Amino acid sequence: MACNEWRDKLDSYVDGELMSSEAATLGAHLRSCAECAADGLQRVQMKRAVQVAGKRYEPSVDLRNKITKSIEVKSHRGIAAKWKFVLIPALGLLAVAFLLTSYLGSARAEQQRVYSELADLHVATLASSTQVDVLSTDRHTVKPWFQGKVPFTFNLPDLPGSEFSLLGGRVAYLEQVSGAHLIYQVRKHEISVFIFPDREGAMRSLSSGTANAASFNLQTWTKNGLRYFVIGDASGEDIKTLGRLLQNAG
Amino acid sequence: MRVSEDRTSAASFADLALPLFDQLYNFAHWLTQDRAEAEDLVQETYARALRGFSSFHAGTNFQAWIYRILRNSFLNSRAGLKVTVVIDEEGGDAVPAVSSTPESLLIDQATHEMVQQALETLPVHFREILLLCDVEDMSYKEIAETLSIPAGTVMSRLSRARKALRIALSEKMQGGGRGL
Repeated sequence: MACNEWRDKLDSYVDGELMSSEAATLGAHLRSCAECAADGLQRVQMKRAVQVAGKRYEPSVDLRNKITKSIEVKSHRGIAAKWKFVLIPALGLLAVAFLLTSYLGSARAEQQRVYSELADLHVATLASSTQVDVLSTDRHTVKPWFQGKVPFTFNLPDLPGSEFSLLGGRVAYLEQVSGAHLIYQVRKHEISVFIFPDREGAMRSLSSGTANAASFNLQTWTKNGLRYFVIGDASGEDIKTLGRLLQNAG
Repeated sequence: MRVSEDRTSAASFADLALPLFDQLYNFAHWLTQDRAEAEDLVQETYARALRGFSSFHAGTNFQAWIYRILRNSFLNSRAGLKVTVVIDEEGGDAVPAVSSTPESLLIDQATHEMVQQALETLPVHFREILLLCDVEDMSYKEIAETLSIPAGTVMSRLSRARKALRIALSEKMQGGGRGL
């Protein structure tokens, strides 16, 4: 193997990522080739320099205490919750009814949590100086931009003749799942449309319909395995109209 | 930090998450470049991780999981919204192949502070991958999990990040003093 081919593998060698047989062969080459050995040595030195320089910031004692405390409080609540299940046989039907109520309550709480998170994302994006990563009013530009960035494809409506216009899009994350975030405008109101895979995480437990989150109007539905959310401070009617346009797209 | 299913069931969230506190904060501060924002980011990461702990699959990598939460929270934050997510690796940042300072002199003469300053000047997607690999000592597989990118992309991005660091360091040395 020529030296330049070995050098392509030097980073993986230094990072300990080569198979042992390949690492042994490369090691033998380094012992016989001064130039490659020098290159390898410099990469090791650079890695060590980053290793040392990278350990730079230390958290404050306050933050450590805050985090530790918040985790401990939640853990104790978790222990208390487990006792509910121990008491089921004794409490009989009453407890079953109680658990059913608390399950429905927690499902609603979960739904509200997702909505709040989307409202936060909507507000944070509008407040940002760079609201969108792809700036275009053309759905034929925006949709292909998402290819390879989100693990699904979707259709966007053709809007000429309607009061809505597309401003652009960006990648957003909800529950560690990547999705599409589109921003539309209607009469000076900006509306966010979020699209995520329906089967991931918290999305599975949501029900479709309209809602209110942090004073924003919101509509959500599923289509072709995708969960759509339309959220904004526009009127409920505008949110529904944009929802209809999206549902009828493609 | 790969834990067996048995251990995970016994181990509480605190047992897994608290030992990572210092390094998560360091990583957050490198991403945000601001103490207050880093503190907010770490708090949000722990809150989200705790809420989502039931979705953490036993037997998988907890460190990669919580770092992914931190990074995604950062990308969704006000500071992160200023950062463009880099997807197109092949057409991405053009990095010149050679730096003007000979490699052999570069590392020998670079001070600790110069390396830190050079790291600061790198785009976030280069800075984060260097930190995950060299400081957090993550494997390529763990980095791929954390950044949600294919393993092949980890290698190419790392290679470009290191070239960019060499160039940034070389520029620092030409621009600043060389006192050691």
